[in-house]
Amino acid sequence: MPENALELEDLVMHFGPVRAVDGVSLQIRKGTVVALVGESGSGKSTVGRCIVRLLEPTGGTVRLADADITHLNRRRLRPHRRDVSIVFQDPAGSLDPRLSVGDIVGEPLRLMRRRGDLPAEQRDIPAAVADALRRVGLRPEVAQRSPHELSGGQRQRVSIARALISSPRLLVADEPTSALDVSVQASVLNLLADLQRDLGFACLFITHDLSAVEYLADEVAVMYLGQLVEQGPRERIFGVPAHPYTQALLSAAPVPDPTTQRARQPVLLGDDLPSAIDPPSGCRFHTRCPVAVDRCKTEVPISRVIGAGGHQVACHLVADDGTGPDVREQPVDRGVTA
Amino acid sequence: MSTPVLRVRELSVTFRTEDGPLSAVDHVDLEVTDQEVLAIVGESGCGKSVTAMSLAGLLPRTATVEGSVELDGVELIGADKRTLRSIRGREIAYIFQEPMTSLNPVFTVGTQIGEVLRIHNGMSRSAARKRAVELLKVVGIPSAERRVDDYPHQLSGGMRQRVMIAMAVACDPKVLIADEPTTALDVTIQAGILDVLRGLRERLGTSIVLITHDLGVVADLADRVAVMYAGRVVETAEVHDLFAQPQHPYTAGLLGASPAAGRHAGTHRLNEIPGLVPVLAEQPDACTFADRCPRALDTCTAKQPLLDQGDHQVACWNPVREPVEV
Repeated sequence: MPENALELEDLVMHFGPVRAVDGVSLQIRKGTVVALVGESGSGKSTVGRCIVRLLEPTGGTVRLADADITHLNRRRLRPHRRDVSIVFQDPAGSLDPRLSVGDIVGEPLRLMRRRGDLPAEQRDIPAAVADALRRVGLRPEVAQRSPHELSGGQRQRVSIARALISSPRLLVADEPTSALDVSVQASVLNLLADLQRDLGFACLFITHDLSAVEYLADEVAVMYLGQLVEQGPRERIFGVPAHPYTQALLSAAPVPDPTTQRARQPVLLGDDLPSAIDPPSGCRFHTRCPVAVDRCKTEVPISRVIGAGGHQVACHLVADDGTGPDVREQPVDRGVTA
Repeated sequence: MSTPVLRVRELSVTFRTEDGPLSAVDHVDLEVTDQEVLAIVGESGCGKSVTAMSLAGLLPRTATVEGSVELDGVELIGADKRTLRSIRGREIAYIFQEPMTSLNPVFTVGTQIGEVLRIHNGMSRSAARKRAVELLKVVGIPSAERRVDDYPHQLSGGMRQRVMIAMAVACDPKVLIADEPTTALDVTIQAGILDVLRGLRERLGTSIVLITHDLGVVADLADRVAVMYAGRVVETAEVHDLFAQPQHPYTAGLLGASPAAGRHAGTHRLNEIPGLVPVLAEQPDACTFADRCPRALDTCTAKQPLLDQGDHQVACWNPVREPVEV
């Protein structure tokens, strides 16, 4: 049996001239949580959609366990559908308002029954739905309700129940808590952590929220303008981030403690995110990088291992032993221009 | 303590809806002193945005506003349109969460900033344009001389929010109300906007009312914090006090719900607050958090707790007094 739940090899997804994803290679080991982090327009959601084949990639390979699903057509993809599920950011928009919660959660099972690969223990679909609802902390009676009768947090639990009812080996969670209030967010993060531990699925956790990443992820991959700039174990990415973009991202996220927060100096990158239609030459981050040198403008940095646990970075300025500049220690002008 | 620039007393807002009355804000008292940043914190439905909008008289006609909002001694609630028109934009300014929908797509940013100056200060077109360039520099927009002729769609989200701030501070308002000013922005952009807001306070002496749900933003920028729940202020304190020693169980719950640095699900668990924020037709004589509160007593459902006195005020019958570990 392969040890990876997912392997992406040089994944490319272009929308006409827009190079949304441009060569992403990533592995998720079985039973681990990998966070895919990046800002708006980095291409992180597009990666997620390629993995569940809502999109057919322009290039590269998507391998689930041992199956290459990159270009399978609808019919041949069907047997693999149950192996990977997705939970979206907006639970209101991803649940059909005309169906009951029970129909929504049970739908994957009905599709499996039609294909004849419904497992014996789930043959009683209403009972399986009740189980799935209980597992996400909802009362089974919720099955009779409509999505619009539920709160945002409850709807997200319904999405999770639907995603997990087919016992997938991989869950893609695309900003699952971003639309929720802090207290509700906490309960959904706790739920995901519990389910992941108990059921042992692998998870690609797509988010821009770094505090949630530290809570949930085993490994972290940082994306900028369609490419991965750094990836590695959580402790290393948060402890010894090597790429200037990772460092800037970590320094910019405010921490909820006034004493700590006021002692920090965020790295200010400037507001202009380059376009994915015409990305910068060389290193794509060079236009905003505080420590870029001439080489960064012309030569594309290749991702290479710099430390324990497969810690990889794509930056010319980082040495093979992981040493390099820390943009958080650069002098910054905190004042605005008069 | 200096005299407050903005003084809110017993502010209540009720909306008329198809399903009957809806109480959004209940007897809120707030004070903002000179150059102070007051953060109003809470989750969706707690009344923070409605409070902010009532300060600038921006609520729709379905809203009934009672109480008093005094800006430098001038009463705004019930003021006639002319008074409001001369105060809005000049004395009290507002920035919204979504900079794209708040800017007019068919005018250049220079024209839009200039309009404020021409209306309120009677500036000429050329003087207004010159001042617009200066303001763009104040909010940290590079090559302002060129950018002043850009249309909103030519600017990134962060730049647009900077333009919104430039417009808001064009007339040097005493109070700036920033309603979730960075919520729609990425963190690397947010850091820059927070810096601009900090700079305004230091350079122009603007007082800021910051509406946010993001405790990190509060920790970064606020001097004082008012925590709202279901239309009421449940706790107010100096920012360091509030984070170090939250006294209301709701505040303590919120702080414990945000993942902290170095905490992983393998060894820690986030605090959950079960239940939902209630939607209230009228405010009961009871604590509205009682049914979700781990510390609730019998008194809590029988009588409304009022804010106590002092620098750190809490409205709770059984406040957290022991040191909490957040």
